[in-house]
Amino acid sequence: MKDLFWTFISAAIVTNFILVYFLGLCPVIGVTNKSETGVRLGLATTFVMVLASLAAWVLNTFVLAAAPFLRVIAFVVAIASIVQIVELFVKKTSPSLYRELGIFLPLIASNSQVLGMTIFQTNRGYTLLQGLMFAVGGGLGITAVLSLVGGIRERADFAPIPAIARGPALVFMIAATLSLAFMGFAGMGAS
Amino acid sequence: MSMIKASSGPAPKTAADVLTRGLWHENPVLVQTLGLCSALAVTNAVANSIAMGLATTFVLVGSAIIVSLLRKIIPHQIRITTYILIIATFLAIADMTLEAVVPDVHKAMGPYIALIITNCIVLGRQEAFASRQPVPLAMLDALGNGLGFTIALLMMGIPREVLGNGTFLGLHVMPHSFEPWVVMMLPPGGFFMIGLLLLGANWRDLRRQTRARIEHEIAADTPVPIRSEEPEVAVV
Repeated sequence: MKDLFWTFISAAIVTNFILVYFLGLCPVIGVTNKSETGVRLGLATTFVMVLASLAAWVLNTFVLAAAPFLRVIAFVVAIASIVQIVELFVKKTSPSLYRELGIFLPLIASNSQVLGMTIFQTNRGYTLLQGLMFAVGGGLGITAVLSLVGGIRERADFAPIPAIARGPALVFMIAATLSLAFMGFAGMGAS
Repeated sequence: MSMIKASSGPAPKTAADVLTRGLWHENPVLVQTLGLCSALAVTNAVANSIAMGLATTFVLVGSAIIVSLLRKIIPHQIRITTYILIIATFLAIADMTLEAVVPDVHKAMGPYIALIITNCIVLGRQEAFASRQPVPLAMLDALGNGLGFTIALLMMGIPREVLGNGTFLGLHVMPHSFEPWVVMMLPPGGFFMIGLLLLGANWRDLRRQTRARIEHEIAADTPVPIRSEEPEVAVV
């Protein structure tokens, strides 16, 4: 139980997917104009990650033991299908949510966060339960960072920023500062 | 956002143009801000940067040749899936080659080799160029973009290793009294480095715009006030 808790905490904070593993930087630049959009995309990513973690575990246990070199291809295809199914499901059951998520939903398929999560899970030999905790923690960590960057950018819109620092350069400087802050968690729960 | 910027440039005219524009003027990392995940994750050492750059170049060139060869056969609706399968094939080759030739570097790069597949540069070049052009041009374009990616990785990897560890490719280059800036090796160093590079790219753009405006005003024969070399950032 304690083990699972630390898997969760370390995925969410200590080794945050965005700030420490550099996974999924495109959404950080693309969708963090507003804090709210960031949160919504983060939660959608979390949902896909949980399903992908489950799928990766099934594939690893029953299929890929025979052909490990097909791992990346299998994961990519699985993730793309999951995103497609989730999209159809959301469209059918809740059109309003579908409209809100818009283009972000299909874009999760081409996002390195989900693929990276499944590969980390495999390399570290997580059990099913550990993998799910890892996915939930990682997803919530992503949500937290997207909303933090979004909040800072909302404030920065009103600040007199020189033209030279507009756009991605500013976002990366914000991310660097946040990453530095998250370094403070390094080593926590490493036992 | 960044893709629009890339496609709005003038179309290349000669084969040399196709090769060189990816190297610098339309550099995938510095100008188009694509492929950042792998660019930041592996550049804490020069050796890793070179390995990642070359592996990506190999995957880019290989898949560009195949995509260009098959461009009349691949059905439009499932082209992205097809591209991904082609890319994944070359990725598997690169992965196994690196594991056999430089096992240490392969281990240090960890899962990021597999993540070349989600590198937007690779898929982007297939969709934007290789799927519409003959094989030689597609190959040159892929080579230019791959080497441009490698150059950008080195621009991050060299300062990060020299300042963060005092070494270059594992050899000591800084004097012994130099205290390594450990933060450069850690994740924040990567974000700072790319931030600085993008600031530099912005500065270059602004200076070029200012210069073009001055030339335009001179051409229109209007009096131009004397300006300093520095761009007037606030005005633009």
